[in-house]
Amino acid sequence: MERDDLIQDNNYSVSANHDEAHGVLIRKKIWKVTGILTLITVIEVLIGAFIKQYDAAGDDNFLWPYVKVGFLVLTIVKAAYIVLIFMHLGDERKSFKWVILAPYILFIAYLIFICLAESTYWHEVFQGENSINP
Amino acid sequence: MAGQSENISRSELWGGNGSPFRISYGKQWMWMFLVSDALTFGGLLTAYGFARHQAPSWPIGEETFNAMPFLGNGYPLLYVALMTFILIVSSVTMVLAVEAGHRLDKKGVVKWLLLTVVGGLFFVGSQGWEWYHFIHGTHYGSILTSEGWAVVDYNTANELILRMGRGLTVTGLEAKALFDGATATMQGANLIENEYAPLVPQYANFFFFITGFHGFHVFSGVVFNFIILVNVIRGVYDKRGHYEMVEKVGLYWHFVDLVWVFVFTFFYLL
Repeated sequence: MERDDLIQDNNYSVSANHDEAHGVLIRKKIWKVTGILTLITVIEVLIGAFIKQYDAAGDDNFLWPYVKVGFLVLTIVKAAYIVLIFMHLGDERKSFKWVILAPYILFIAYLIFICLAESTYWHEVFQGENSINP
Repeated sequence: MAGQSENISRSELWGGNGSPFRISYGKQWMWMFLVSDALTFGGLLTAYGFARHQAPSWPIGEETFNAMPFLGNGYPLLYVALMTFILIVSSVTMVLAVEAGHRLDKKGVVKWLLLTVVGGLFFVGSQGWEWYHFIHGTHYGSILTSEGWAVVDYNTANELILRMGRGLTVTGLEAKALFDGATATMQGANLIENEYAPLVPQYANFFFFITGFHGFHVFSGVVFNFIILVNVIRGVYDKRGHYEMVEKVGLYWHFVDLVWVFVFTFFYLL
């Protein structure tokens, strides 16, 4: 692991220099991903603007739980494209990929689980009363 | 670009003559920093989820954020969608700068990196406007009626609408009566109270803290990109024979975009 400003011949494959022909392929991929990310954002905003969380009577819209899950899925798809293509993590060695992703996913999944479990409990305790402004 | 297809023996990978991950020191530790930063943002957003999940009600994104600069209200989520698009595009110009760097195309790097800096400045400026609007509240504030807190609004025909929460609205004479009998008002947002969610003051706290922390990241990213841009123009990386510094600030910049994808979902869409 040399100091990168001293690297004379940078031949780690992901960072290695490439020629124009290779560049054309990479740029094509970049524009394709740009299109996908833009399309997903447009879909998200349209859903957000047109599907309401509550119906006219103030009850939960029966569609909303599905919309919520849909938003989460679309968000994770977007994140995956950014991390794997734009940040080139998909091109790194498998061992490095897991060094980055596995601890993070494990820890955050655990954090989300305990926070949601705990807040569900508090929601039931207060049952409509606000917890901060009693 | 084919890191995985390289067939390298274990003894060579782990023999101590280079990175076993086939990645340079600087890039590896930029990734490590990003993981720790992502944990911070993950913690903040999870705390937000905790507060929101236990609260009896929460403001609706497209009602709170429905204003456009110069145009006023009535454009649900449009401005934040534009901000999101600008940030995605600046991420694209960044990855194009990295690609140009791999071809040692100095002019290309300068062009794309400059566009990235401009996109970043646009985003920071937009966030500044959004904060200004959120703090001042060009809505009509909230009032405490006999039926509880209500957000005051007017439709395009200039008729009074009271938003009672959960998407319920009151209009006409009933709204007028509630309006005239109001006992308290609230305008704009600060750390103690906010008109968007009168009963949930922590709503504004989370908004300020999370979008502020992200905005600070965008700002510092713009500064990093600018410093590297100056180095590129001075020919530092041309002399070095590779543009890996562009890749490293690129990683940081993509990360900023990545975080915004989540902030956008949790603050504005859900």
